[in-house]
Amino acid sequence: MSAVHDHSHDHNHPHAEITQDGGPGYYDLMTAAVTELLVERGLFEAGEICRQIDVLDSRTPALGAKAVARAWMDPDFKRRLLADGRVGCEELGISFYDDTQLIVLENTERVHNLIVCTLCSCYPRPVLGLPPDWYKLKPYRARAISEPRAVLAEFGAQIPDDVEVRVSDSTAIVRYLVLPRRPAGTEQFSESELANLVTRDTMIGVAVIDPPGAPRQ
Amino acid sequence: MTGQVLAPLDLRGDVVLATGEAPGFEPGDTVRVMTRSPIGHYRVPRYLRGKTGDVVAVIRPMAVDNEEEGYGRNAGSKGHYYRVAFPMAEVWPGYVGGATDQLLIEVFQTWLERA
Repeated sequence: MSAVHDHSHDHNHPHAEITQDGGPGYYDLMTAAVTELLVERGLFEAGEICRQIDVLDSRTPALGAKAVARAWMDPDFKRRLLADGRVGCEELGISFYDDTQLIVLENTERVHNLIVCTLCSCYPRPVLGLPPDWYKLKPYRARAISEPRAVLAEFGAQIPDDVEVRVSDSTAIVRYLVLPRRPAGTEQFSESELANLVTRDTMIGVAVIDPPGAPRQ
Repeated sequence: MTGQVLAPLDLRGDVVLATGEAPGFEPGDTVRVMTRSPIGHYRVPRYLRGKTGDVVAVIRPMAVDNEEEGYGRNAGSKGHYYRVAFPMAEVWPGYVGGATDQLLIEVFQTWLERA
């Protein structure tokens, strides 16, 4: 974007056609071909693919943040969420379309949790949506299990030596969600103000929530 | 009837469980991940083969074996997954961090033996 903002917003200026350069790649073609074959064979309908994309698009970290804020506000809900993460989320209307279980891991002053999937990219998609790219790449997957404290430090989270680091490797039927610590100084916050503090990275466990007003590191 | 205090009702002694219905391990059991190298799809990372850890929970409900599911064989293959904790120092000699740092993972029953 130009730093000088002197054009009108009537969109009457000429520009190149907005297009994707080059032809579709090998995997684009394969995806399209397999999709067409499966539809042609009647295994599912084209509309079902669009529907599933809508399902995925509706899942974002904002859902998880609202569940976390509710857990901070409501001790009974927090107890149910920790007892069975899936049941707790379903109580809020978050469905588990992929038939996975959810374990919610509570961070405390003694324990810091971190999640990873070393074998692929298992992630609490029903609650957080699609994982970030780095979560799926080998450097994170290899290092989160072998040197989690170094990884956390690179994300800006210094975990004191007397705090136990627990890394949960999600490999099969269970997905994990970190319940971050509620920061000090938020006693008067509303539920939506609390939810606004909760980021994707804090629910993966690579970051901690700074107290409001604290300078960024 | 409201207000009436009921005694706890526990009928476990009255029913017979199907084969495999009861979990083979309980929280607190020490288990070892078997050292196997099957061909094909498997869900136990190599870095844990042969490592010893403690069962911290039996995961409910029972679920199909992912490794069977990968080949479309689901019916009748439900079993128990266990959440198992390994000391980081057991997994990684030379681990840098707290002495109580842990690695936790869910493992299907076919990969575990009593240690």
